[in-house]
Amino acid sequence: MSPNIRIALRFLTANKRAMAMSLTGIIFGVGFFIFGQAQTTGFQQFFVKTILGTDGAIRVQDRIRITFKTMELADEEDDSDSPWVIENTENYKYIEGIEQPLEVIDALKEFESVTGIAEVLTGSVLVSSNYRSYTGRLFGVDIDDYIAVSDLEKQVIFGSLEDFRSKPTGILIGSKFARLLQISIGDTVVIKSLDKNSRYTVAGIFETGVSDIDRERIYMKLSETRSVLQRAHGASFLQVNLIDPHRAREEAFHMMNTIYYHVASWQERQKSWLDAFLVLSVSTGLTVSTIILLSGLGMFNTLAMMVMEKTKEIAILRSMGYTRSDITSIFLWQGVFVLVAGNVLGWIVAVLMTYGVSKLPFRVTGIFTTDSFVVNWSIWHYVSATIIASVIVMIASYIPARRAAKLEPGDVIRGTSQ
Amino acid sequence: MSESESSPSNSDRIALRCENIHRHLGEGEGRVHVLRGVSLELQRGKVYAVVGPSGCGKSTLLYLLGLLDQPDEGEIYLGGEPMTQMGDHERTAARNEHLGFVFQFHFLLKEFSAIDNVMIPMRKQGLLSNEEMEERATSYLKDVGLGDKLHRLATQLSGGEQQRVAIARSLSNIPSVILADEPTGNLDVHNSNIVFDLLTRLARENDQAVLIVTHNPDIAQKCDHILQMEDGEFIN
Repeated sequence: MSPNIRIALRFLTANKRAMAMSLTGIIFGVGFFIFGQAQTTGFQQFFVKTILGTDGAIRVQDRIRITFKTMELADEEDDSDSPWVIENTENYKYIEGIEQPLEVIDALKEFESVTGIAEVLTGSVLVSSNYRSYTGRLFGVDIDDYIAVSDLEKQVIFGSLEDFRSKPTGILIGSKFARLLQISIGDTVVIKSLDKNSRYTVAGIFETGVSDIDRERIYMKLSETRSVLQRAHGASFLQVNLIDPHRAREEAFHMMNTIYYHVASWQERQKSWLDAFLVLSVSTGLTVSTIILLSGLGMFNTLAMMVMEKTKEIAILRSMGYTRSDITSIFLWQGVFVLVAGNVLGWIVAVLMTYGVSKLPFRVTGIFTTDSFVVNWSIWHYVSATIIASVIVMIASYIPARRAAKLEPGDVIRGTSQ
Repeated sequence: MSESESSPSNSDRIALRCENIHRHLGEGEGRVHVLRGVSLELQRGKVYAVVGPSGCGKSTLLYLLGLLDQPDEGEIYLGGEPMTQMGDHERTAARNEHLGFVFQFHFLLKEFSAIDNVMIPMRKQGLLSNEEMEERATSYLKDVGLGDKLHRLATQLSGGEQQRVAIARSLSNIPSVILADEPTGNLDVHNSNIVFDLLTRLARENDQAVLIVTHNPDIAQKCDHILQMEDGEFIN
């Protein structure tokens, strides 16, 4: 063991009470930081997983008609094509829906990253049970295509997809919607659109976990939907799944420039929610970081007091041949010991709290519906907490350490002996 | 001896030498010319006493010779090497290798035992194994009569015992020069005599030069040379 570490350890253990206070602060700061991030990103991940499993990674909708004038910067006397073209994007015009879905599907199949494409026709309808009526959102799908781009198969909680497939008038309805209408499997509802009423049987009830979807969505066969919405051809959008959904933004950009349809990634569609999660996560992190900051101030205070109390010892160490950097390292090592212990114990506290809360039988309802707290186990939460604690504690330790190193031994000893 | 005039035959015996040292302390109107061209040589195996009234510059000279302070003018030679132009790192290393300090207040590290305190300079030097350091520290502590209190914390020792540990510590790296600032100033007569006798006996046995700053005429009388200082100059 180096002499500096040996001295640092002795100084540290001689100040047990003050150091224990700083250590406790770091433990709880690190623990709560990780715990907070595990919860906020847990719900975020749950939301993203649900959205991907429900609405897919990419949605192709609205054809783009380019009405802009291109301005070519060509030499008037030069007949060759100019490489310089200025586009005015304000002159894009969007034409709602997809007129020729099969052509677009063929074009999308050329992309290697695409794993499935489903044609979807949507429209607003009035759904009436014996109890009451509510406005809902009808999704007309080819069920086999749709299963390839969603988790609908796993989301059916009552009834079955087989019934939906086999019954021409079968529908799948969201769990909250079913509750509002007070209907269950086998019940019938009347769906009204454009003055046309048709009766359908509930073949299945699904639950995505996202309240907005579960409260208003109904799945129906595509052919039947065309009849209800009186749309003989075309689609509202195409739902596309990718090998790597996290590359949806880049793939969407690429697709849009190829097929000239508006292609929206899930990140673009859910931007407001994702921003809200980010703000929540940052806010939680900042709030909890104040605990670490306060512990850092405690650490600074403890070490600054120690430097003031140990000026004589510092002077005698300097007179015995300990350099300024030795003195700095003696105080920095104390910070390192507290930091390491604080981080390790903080990780343990975080693991216990995260595991504990994930097992709590606590039904969450509201934006999401889950049976327990959703947590995200990520090494990066531990890394982030460690980096924040390290920066704060090492700055808090470095300032008094530098001050200790600047002490002139002659001045200290002269001051003591006079 | 005081002023520097060494013959070639005894030049190898000179452990520390200074020439024409000037030092001012304070700022502005309070600036005082504390040392006015002091020169001296310290020979191995000899004990020197610097005496004089308070404020005459005794301690200032000791800190300069101990490389804890820088002179405004003049040169200090340690083992023949000029020291004043050297950087802080080299001067710190020279202190570790060539100098031992004993102060009026022992300045032991209270978190450490007697033997650990004595080993602190050795650990910094890093030349010996742990066993060798323990052996040497034990030997010095036995020499100062603390062989049975090796593992007592500094706070568990009396004032005289703590000063004896400080003497053992000053000897631990076998320096060529020991500088002592009022080493007995805080002790009663009995302990003063013990500490002084130990310091001078061990230094002579180890062929080390000892410079003691003291107000105690009895202590000064026992030294080989007495250097009388007044207004920043030697007067004898």
